[in-house]
Amino acid sequence: MNPHPQNDLSPHGIVLTTIEDLYNWGRKNSLWPLQFGLACCAIEMIAASMARFDMARFGAEVFRPSPRQADLMIVSGTVTKKMAPQVVRLFNQMPEPKYVIAMGACAICGGPFRDGYNVLQGIDLYIPVDVYIPGCPPRPEALLEGLIHLQEKIARQRLAAPGCPTRLPESASGEFPVPQFGAHDLVGPRLRQPRTPDANS
Amino acid sequence: MIAPPPELPPRPAGDPPGHDLLEVALGPHHPSTHGVFRMNVILDGETVVKLTPVFGYLHRNHEKIAEHNSYLAAIPYTDRLDYICSMTNNWAYVLSVEKLAALAVPERAEYIRVIVGELTRLLNHACLAGFLLQDMGALGTPLMYAFREREKILDLFESLSGSRMMCNYLRFGGCRCDLPPGWLKQAAGVVAGFGPFLDHFEALLSENEILRARSQGVGVLPPDLAVNAGVTGPGLRASGVNYDIRKVDQYGLYKRFNFRVPLGGQGDVFDRYMVRILEMRESLKILDQALRDIPNGPVMDPKARLRNLRPKPGEAYGRIESPKGELGFYLVSDGGPNPWRYRVRPPSLVNLTVLEDMCLGHSIADVVIILGSIDIVLGEVDR
Amino acid sequence: MPTPEQIKERIAAAFPGAPVELVPNGSPAGQPSLLLEPGRARDIARFLRDDPELRFDYASNVTGVDWPERLEKPKPGEPAARKTPAFLEAVYHLYSMALGHGPLVIRLRTGDRAAHVTLPSLTPVWRSCEFQEREIFDLFGIIFDGHPDLRRLLMWDNFAGHPMRKDYAPARDPEAEP
Repeated sequence: MNPHPQNDLSPHGIVLTTIEDLYNWGRKNSLWPLQFGLACCAIEMIAASMARFDMARFGAEVFRPSPRQADLMIVSGTVTKKMAPQVVRLFNQMPEPKYVIAMGACAICGGPFRDGYNVLQGIDLYIPVDVYIPGCPPRPEALLEGLIHLQEKIARQRLAAPGCPTRLPESASGEFPVPQFGAHDLVGPRLRQPRTPDANS
Repeated sequence: MIAPPPELPPRPAGDPPGHDLLEVALGPHHPSTHGVFRMNVILDGETVVKLTPVFGYLHRNHEKIAEHNSYLAAIPYTDRLDYICSMTNNWAYVLSVEKLAALAVPERAEYIRVIVGELTRLLNHACLAGFLLQDMGALGTPLMYAFREREKILDLFESLSGSRMMCNYLRFGGCRCDLPPGWLKQAAGVVAGFGPFLDHFEALLSENEILRARSQGVGVLPPDLAVNAGVTGPGLRASGVNYDIRKVDQYGLYKRFNFRVPLGGQGDVFDRYMVRILEMRESLKILDQALRDIPNGPVMDPKARLRNLRPKPGEAYGRIESPKGELGFYLVSDGGPNPWRYRVRPPSLVNLTVLEDMCLGHSIADVVIILGSIDIVLGEVDR
Repeated sequence: MPTPEQIKERIAAAFPGAPVELVPNGSPAGQPSLLLEPGRARDIARFLRDDPELRFDYASNVTGVDWPERLEKPKPGEPAARKTPAFLEAVYHLYSMALGHGPLVIRLRTGDRAAHVTLPSLTPVWRSCEFQEREIFDLFGIIFDGHPDLRRLLMWDNFAGHPMRKDYAPARDPEAEP
């Protein structure tokens, strides 16, 4: 069999692909981010969507104010404990398939403000993150590279389980648990526990 | 979870039964709140009858962190306060440390501080005009023009300090390093191009019918209330009060520069916008003078100890005219390497004292514009 | 601007029986501040604002400072180390926009850090103190008597404790994270 049938067919205007590739191509090139900026990284996110760096080339220029219409949440900036329940609620309101980019050191692990009574040590304590972009703040080009990584990840996803893009947890409500305010800290189940030091160190 | 507002206003007399007031939470996730800021607004139809701001969604305990770090280590954290204007934040902090420890600053370093400070003022006011117009409905185009000019200034900051936004460039006793070769010429080019940009901007916007209809007479701030509520910066000067810390305290070398202070007549949103446009033109004048007159010389006081600075026990308060208003740092030293108390006096938080006063009686669409005209950045409000 | 010593004399003349102390400032910045007794502080503040020669119409910065009890080294001739008093402090920086002078620094101190933490609020005199005093209540625990809306400003409402105090223990030791 011809190993590259595409070359013979495309001059005739015929495209040979799989439904999975076509579906993923459409999804990855039209990601709609949620208009969600928390702190300094948000300004670099806005700069990435402006004329010099131009996120519109990658299909992601349509920032939606409502989470019901968005499929990408770029967590840009420090997530404080006071804001964390709202972040998780917004993530729960986004329809599947949805993705999260943790942009900046604060969203990844708390960043320079890590040792503080009001700072969450990373948003991945409560919601699953697909791409981590380090930097303080990361340059707009770094955000674009993170977006391209996410697009490549989407291109590898399959239509059927186990590689399919839904991520609903097994819990009855199908939502990620929203943290509550305790006396000194947030209370409620977490996705992962903060790292603790080795017993030997 | 959030405390209810202290008292509800009385129901309007003669109301039909079933007429209710509607409480809306604007934020913390909202396209126009300039960050994670929340306003609990009580509406009668579309008119605001009560507005309660809620803060703390970006409280990153900057002051507590500074108590555990040395004086030098606090400088990168000051970049992250008003994250659009990192150089002026650095300046206010190093000015306070210089007062606390009696450090002198060489003349070339003072000129560099004025140059980067005024460039920061340009980029802040241009961004504010872009964001304000976006809040009014001009979705994106003025912001694109403003960000285009901002990118030119960020290129200057990047070649000077290594970073676009979080510059961490000023030190107590001077600047971290000298200007790279060719920087002054590049800066002069950016400043020369900014004037025609402002002309272009104003030609499109300042006579614009929609801008005028939506901003004139909206959000009026009377001057007595502005002074008593501690409003500073362009918002105060738009209400007609002549108080610019560059002229009052004459910190740095501002007494050498010839510039005017624009004042507004009505104190509405349009005046706050126009005062900022005129301030940008005055900044261009200061930049022309500074770029022309900057002398050669060292940029750091050789006697300044950056690491392990231990000022004598005492206190100092240093303030500057940042693009948002009076940015001050109050430092208390107990003789150790870390400050005993480190306090940021945030212009954005104190300017928000009058938010409710300005919004009462206006429609909810105007609340967004009034908030935009105050010019807040949540990194500074919540610290 | 009249010096802090002269302002102290004027306050003493206008409010006989209200003690005002001049607190020296050891730093080279040098400006001393005035320590007011909480009882007449609000009236003195109104006097500072309205007096035609002073006209301190703008309260720029309102700060809380925590001074826990510490052991001071004994001075020569004293037998043992003595403990400094423990209190919370509210510091106000006043400027005059009308006359263009300033700053004047005034201080109010609480009785201790536990039971006697009430101070008079100066918000009825200068509205700029409104949010800043709320923040001091939130982070230090000073209760401002006469404040129109004393609630926490930055932390959530059922947060327990006052985080900026020197002895506040956070929920988890942050140094435990690698």
